[in-house]
This record gives sequence, C-alpha cells and structure tokens, in this order.
Amino acid sequence: MPSDNAAPPLDVDQILADPGVRIVVCCGAGGVGKTTTAAALALRAAEQHGRRTVVLTIDPARRLAQSLGLTELDNTPRQVKGIDVEESGGELHAMMLDMKRTFDDVVLAHTDPAKAAEIFANPFYQAMSSTFSGTQEYMAMEKLGQLHARGEWDLIVVDTPPSRSALDFLDAPARLSRFLDGRMLRLLLAPARTGGRSVFSLVTASFGMFSRVVQKVLGAQLLTDLSGFVAALDSMFGGFRQRAEQTYRILQARETAFLLVAAPEPDAVREAAYFAGRLREEQMPLAGLVLNRVHRPAVPELGAQESRAAAERLATAGGHEGAVEVLRAHAALAEQAVREQRVAARFTETFPQVPTVSVTAQPADVHDVDGLRTIGAAISRS
Amino acid sequence: MGAAQHPADRAGTDWPARLHVVTGKGGTGKTSVAAALALGLAADGRRTLLVEVEGRQGIAQLFGTEPLPYAERHLADAPGDGQVYALAVDAGEALLEYLDMFYKLGAAGRALRKLGAIDFATTIAPGLRDVLLTGKLKEATTRTVDQRRVYDAVVLDAPPTGRIGRFLNVTTETARLAKVGPIKTQSEGVSALLRSPMTAVHVVTLLEEMPVQETIDAISELASLGFGMGRVIINGARPPLPSGRLVTEAELARGLRAAGLPADQRIVSGLHDEARDQIIRRELEDSLRADLVELGVPLVELPLLPDGVNRAGLDVLARALIGGD
Repeated sequence: MPSDNAAPPLDVDQILADPGVRIVVCCGAGGVGKTTTAAALALRAAEQHGRRTVVLTIDPARRLAQSLGLTELDNTPRQVKGIDVEESGGELHAMMLDMKRTFDDVVLAHTDPAKAAEIFANPFYQAMSSTFSGTQEYMAMEKLGQLHARGEWDLIVVDTPPSRSALDFLDAPARLSRFLDGRMLRLLLAPARTGGRSVFSLVTASFGMFSRVVQKVLGAQLLTDLSGFVAALDSMFGGFRQRAEQTYRILQARETAFLLVAAPEPDAVREAAYFAGRLREEQMPLAGLVLNRVHRPAVPELGAQESRAAAERLATAGGHEGAVEVLRAHAALAEQAVREQRVAARFTETFPQVPTVSVTAQPADVHDVDGLRTIGAAISRS
Repeated sequence: MGAAQHPADRAGTDWPARLHVVTGKGGTGKTSVAAALALGLAADGRRTLLVEVEGRQGIAQLFGTEPLPYAERHLADAPGDGQVYALAVDAGEALLEYLDMFYKLGAAGRALRKLGAIDFATTIAPGLRDVLLTGKLKEATTRTVDQRRVYDAVVLDAPPTGRIGRFLNVTTETARLAKVGPIKTQSEGVSALLRSPMTAVHVVTLLEEMPVQETIDAISELASLGFGMGRVIINGARPPLPSGRLVTEAELARGLRAAGLPADQRIVSGLHDEARDQIIRRELEDSLRADLVELGVPLVELPLLPDGVNRAGLDVLARALIGGD
C-alpha cells in the first residue's frame, strides 16, 4: 500500500474540521473518482464536523447528482436533505456548475442590461461562452469566487472540470486574461475606438492583408460581429482580470487546501505528479493525495505465485472447483496490488513529503448518500 | 468467420471505413485503442495515419517518442511490412497552411503569427478551430499520389465523448460564424465526408457505470446528428468467471486444506470476502455489458493488459481488434 511506503498518512478529518480551512479543491485526471471524492468529503464535513458546507460539482454522474438531490443544472446551491446532521448541526448544500449561465452572470455584473443584451446576441459571445476551451475552468473559478465572496459557508468543496490536462484549471484565468489583453484585441479595437467605418485602418500592412483575407474567407459580417464582441469585452476587461486575480490569491491562501485525486494507473499518477509540481511552483497549498480505487488483498500473506500454484494443484486433483476459482481470483488480486504499488510509488518517490491516503476500490459504483458516507469514512481511515 | 481469414482481409471487410474516429470518456484508454487500431489496420503492407488534435501529445507519450510536430512522421511498423504514421494537428498551423494554399501568404503568414493573429483566430472561434482540424483529416483521408491513396486508413484519437458531437458537427458550428466564403464551403465538404460511409465513429468504454452512461449518451447524440457508428469497444475487459457462484466458507476451507494451505478462520473469511466482492463487481459488469448490447452497435472487447499498455500490449490489442474473434 503506497501510504505505507514513505509518504506520511493524510489526515482528511483534520483538514475538514479545521475552521481555518474554508476551501477544499479536488483536482486530478478525469475518471479517477474526483466528483465522488468531493461529494464524500463535503458530506463528511457536514455530518462529522458540523460545518455548513457547499459542494460545487462539474458534470457529475447522473445518479450521483440525484443522490444529492440535484435534478437540474440551475447554478444555485440546494440543501441536501436526508443526511445525518442532527448531532453535528452541519449542513450540506450542493450545486452543479452551469458554465453558460455563470458567464452570463459575469457579463451582467459588469455592464448595463442593454449592453448585456447586445453581447448575448453576438455570435462570438455565444460560441465563446459555450465552447471556448478554458471557459469551463474559468467559470468554475468564477463560481468559487462568488461562493467565497458570499461568506455564507464554513467550507466550500470544489470539484474541478475534466480538463484535457489538469493544468487547464490553473491556467484558464491567466489564459483568458492574456487573451483579453493581447495585441490582437488592441488591433481589433482600433476601429471601434476611432469610430471609423473602415476596419483596421490604423494598422500595419500585414494586418491589412490579414483583414482582407479574413473578409474573403469569413465574410465582412463576421468582422463586424468580431469587432463588436471585442469592444464589449474590452469594456468589461478590468473586472474580468480583477476577479481572476482575486480568485488566484484565494487559492494561494492558507484557507485553501488542494487535494490531488488519482487512481493507481500510470496516466492518473503522472497527472497527479505534474499537478503537485505545478502547485508547488504557484505556491498553492497542497494538502495531500487521495489515491482511489486501490486494490488490496484481504489475505496479503498468501502471495500471488503461491495462490496460483495451489489453484493449479487443486484443479489437477479435481473436486474443489469453487476453491480453485477463489485462489485464482486471489492471485490476480495480489498481482494487481503489487502493480498498483509500483505505479503509486512513482508519485511518492518524487514527492515523499506529500501526505497520502489510499482508498480501497469499492465493488460497486457509489450513487447514494450511504455510499458517499462509506467513501468518506474510507478516506478518513475511520 | 473462418480462422484462416487473413487479418488484412478482415481489416477491409470488418472495418470498411477509411476514417476511424475514436472517442470515449477520459480515462477509458481511447488513445491506446486508437493506436492499436492504426497498428491493426496497417497489418500486411498497409499504411495508416494516426492523428491527434488536442495538443496532448498522447501518441508520443504512448510510444515513448519525442513530441510530434505538425508533420506526418513514421511512428511504428506493423506486422507484415505495414507502417503507421503519426500526426499531431495544430489548428494554428492548419490555418496557415490553409491560407497559404488559397492566398499564397509567404512571409506575411509568419508576420500574422508574430502578431498573434493565428492564435487569436483559432481561440475566439472554436468552430473555426474544429473545421480546420477536421479539414486536415479530410485532406489526409482523401489524399492520393499517382491515383493511389496515400493512407489505407486514418485513425483519429478524437476529443472525448463530452465534446465529440460538437467537434464533428462542424457545419453547424461554423455556420453560426461564417455565413459565406471558403470556410463555409470547406466545412460543408468536411461534413459530407464525416457523414458518409467512409467515416465510422467508435466509442471506447470501460465496464464502469459512468463511461457506459457517457457511451450511451454519445451514441444517441451522434446518431441524431447523422454520424455513422462503428463499434463500441470495451477496454480492459476481463474473462467471465467460470461459475459466478460463490463457494461456502466450509467448501473453501476444505479446498485450502486439500491444497496444503493454512485454513484458519481469518484466512478463509478473508478469501471469501475477496471472492464475494469480485462476484458483485462482475455482476455489475455483466449488467453494464447488457446495456451496451442493447444499443445494437457491434461490440468488441479488448483484454485487460496486466502489465499496462506498452508496445507489446498494443500489438495484443491490435490483434484483438482486427485479427480474430
């Protein structure tokens, strides 16, 4: 078990109970149980530690969402009923991120209704708010900032988007900011500022050629739309950047705890190691690694080879088919456990100081509150 | 299907498409499956192109090579003198190539890049980016030299299930932005290819709840958009348990003693618990498999590779895909 190697054990309860911790961010590759982990931790914070908790999920599995009472994507935290908080006095609220609506809200917050309506109608805004790579990451940050600013919660647990790379999550605000601050934007803004009819009148020869090409390839209407969109963004730009920077600072603060979530598979562990290095660079507080879906035999002293040899002996002798199957299954499980340890060790060797907890694979998928409670207990080793 | 049938023949008849789009939920191993398919389809003197479009360099990582440039490079050999080439399509490079083809940009193209125009254009209009990426795919799929196709098949390591519909549905996405002009014409050409029998979309899944749900959702979305389904590919499948019946602890204890192993209560109940969990897991897998069968799309199962996906493992997967049933 990787947690028994060199890494100190991760004490999740200590984090969840600490009133100084206001934000827990779960990050890692897709398909490692990130959303389930976030939901399980939030439930535990409410039930065991009496905290008023909200969990922000991104694209949860349908049945998991239902188990939290989330039936629609309405971008508002809803209280989760039917959980065991009588003794602790905690609360659990849950919400699913609606990327487009969050973007719309940002626009509304930074401009007047008439201007906002104009922006919403712009085809570039429509494309960008629903498909720009990085929008989901940026909007997750934005929503986190909003929830944090409301100050209603003791603890916010955030699930991060299934990025093509975990880094997108940290880079998105900066990328959007760079994009809005870029030279191209300045160039495109020139006509809007001079009020001139001719697009790109103030710019270089190559840019003039670019605009001719764009007109030819994409049509003049497109340039008008683009120019309008860019001008609209420009008016909101200060607000955009300020918010992104605010959220970034919150993430660096002592009130935030990052938890890496991984499974003992090469890709997921590589992603986790990459992210750990990156968090260190950005001076963001990495609290530990949750290694999900770890297989461990109940009878570790019976090794894979011995088990398989015994199975073959029995099979030859005949008469114990049931036991043969059990021994073969045990051998496969023991082999898998060894393999997983080897994979997990790649992380531990690089980051020996990062506290780690291994969570045993569940035989079935989790989609109710009881299941989340079981996972929460497993992560906390209690 | 006789066992004597040649893999290359099977590649032609069972995988008739020329452009294979491989999608799947993140973490299901779609890059490995796409690579294995490119290897399998290259068997016996064929030539295939394995393409990625998301800038992840997943192919390079898988094959342990240097990051792939925006150029077609020899990647691997397949059995019987087959060859797999690889290409990482970059939207910015594709835009420059495209503009150059129509407008002879030369040095002006480099100036545009310096200005950030290319990044800007591909960032602000994701539909434009996708039409450039799929346009490059179309070009590679239909390219001929001396009236012979350059590639027998092109395999795309495609965006994941959550984005695949939008990625392939280029016409609708670009129509929102470009109402006339060559980009519109281009996107219509790409759309025609993607919706023709030349293209098949394959969905990779694991026998786990969420990947299976996403597979079902993706197939219904792709069907409603008019794309042709190839296979559902179950990755990491384990052979079924022979009996699926759980032994009693007493039976197990007798078996352990007969095998000369210790059989105290702790060991017996420990092994019994392991076997019970395994049966629960397998029953869930069986029910998920049944859900996939109901889709009516041909299923292929790829074995779990105990040592992870290495080059030898890819050949195993390639044979499982193309070689035989």
